[in-house]
Amino acid sequence: MGKFIELVKRDLALAFRQGMDSLMVVAFFIIAVVLFPFGVGPEPSTLAKIAGGTIWVAALLSSMLSLERLFQTDHDDGSLELLALAPVPLEITVLAKVVAHWLTTGLPLIVTAPLLAVLMQLPSEGFLVLIAALLLGTPTLSLIGAVGAALILGSRRGGVLLSLLVLPLYIPILIFGVSAVDAAIFDQSVRPHLVFLAALLVGALALTPWAAAAGLRQALE
Amino acid sequence: MSQFLDFHFNGDNLVCVRSERTVFRGLTFTVPAGGALTLVGPNGSGKSSLLRMMAGLLQPASGSMTWDGEDALNDMDVHGARLHYVGHHDAVKPVLTAAENIGFWARLRGGGDDTIQGALDVFDIKHLYDVPGRFLSAGQKRRVNLARIIAAPAPLWLLDEPTTALDKATIKRLEAAIQRHRDGGGMVVLSTHADVDTPGSQTLNLANFACSAPLDEHVMV
Repeated sequence: MGKFIELVKRDLALAFRQGMDSLMVVAFFIIAVVLFPFGVGPEPSTLAKIAGGTIWVAALLSSMLSLERLFQTDHDDGSLELLALAPVPLEITVLAKVVAHWLTTGLPLIVTAPLLAVLMQLPSEGFLVLIAALLLGTPTLSLIGAVGAALILGSRRGGVLLSLLVLPLYIPILIFGVSAVDAAIFDQSVRPHLVFLAALLVGALALTPWAAAAGLRQALE
Repeated sequence: MSQFLDFHFNGDNLVCVRSERTVFRGLTFTVPAGGALTLVGPNGSGKSSLLRMMAGLLQPASGSMTWDGEDALNDMDVHGARLHYVGHHDAVKPVLTAAENIGFWARLRGGGDDTIQGALDVFDIKHLYDVPGRFLSAGQKRRVNLARIIAAPAPLWLLDEPTTALDKATIKRLEAAIQRHRDGGGMVVLSTHADVDTPGSQTLNLANFACSAPLDEHVMV
């Protein structure tokens, strides 16, 4: 456990000192959402209808942005070999890197989301559920993304390949994330949608570290 | 006074296949406690591959490696804990200081921060203690990487061309460090094109185990 925290602390230190990653993700998130009122017109009722979906799609795309670098820099400078040889299971190392990735990219998105919800005229009943759904959904995005990030190591044009690999797998999270917000607005039960998001998170937590670690071992051969 | 227990590290009849080409076959080695093995051979003869194989990063196509009579790669976490690997990359993070770089790897192996000063002193880079990695020259990065293996003791050192970018005075320091490590019962396997003076070391010429014309170095990576 101490070593797990050590790994998370290192990745957080690296993220804060090279600085721009979190800011870029949040800036992209804001700009992507702000584009929609320009595209579909500023009519409040139209915006309210698409608010949940827009914020979720923008969140998916922005969390993709920094995924490519999740293992890439460690792979390029030889750190990944040493991490694989450290007396810590590689699955735990993957999990620690995902936790750090979520703290530096997922969490800032969730903090920004309420502001964008105001901008998009999201009815106030949807706010809390949007936050709850993002809290349950964005860690799953990072976890699934880690598998993709491990598989693209060593390939050229990895960023595009990563989107093709990972975005289809994000669809269930998008569906239940948006339907949770819609359920809250139309005064239906939000519980089944949130439970589904939680189930996806638990499933991803159990499976993806193994898949990503296998991908990393393959990349190191 | 022996720092490490009296272990043997053996490889038996190892075969290395890289992208469907056999690099070497029938390779057998023994490293006793306090022993050193120098790998020589032309570019592409498999020196790096053999070191990666010893580290467990590369699976042998056939053959086995044993540590004190037991399968060495049986538990990768155990094997990783007893070795230090220095590869072509120095794994020095540009935004972390020399001490932070070394400290992270030492803590990951259960060490503390108290060994960092001494480790830096071994390679005469105490003055780089709080200098960020991005300001270090290639030779200084290599010294930081070598100080890393001093900071957290492990019985087996796998050094792939450790003298790259080092000046003569530092090569002398490395030779002395290797000697101290062996005096304490540690083992060293190193590949080299330059001369590293390791008294009483066995030499393994990989050209003797080649099956075809030597490959170019870039095919090997």
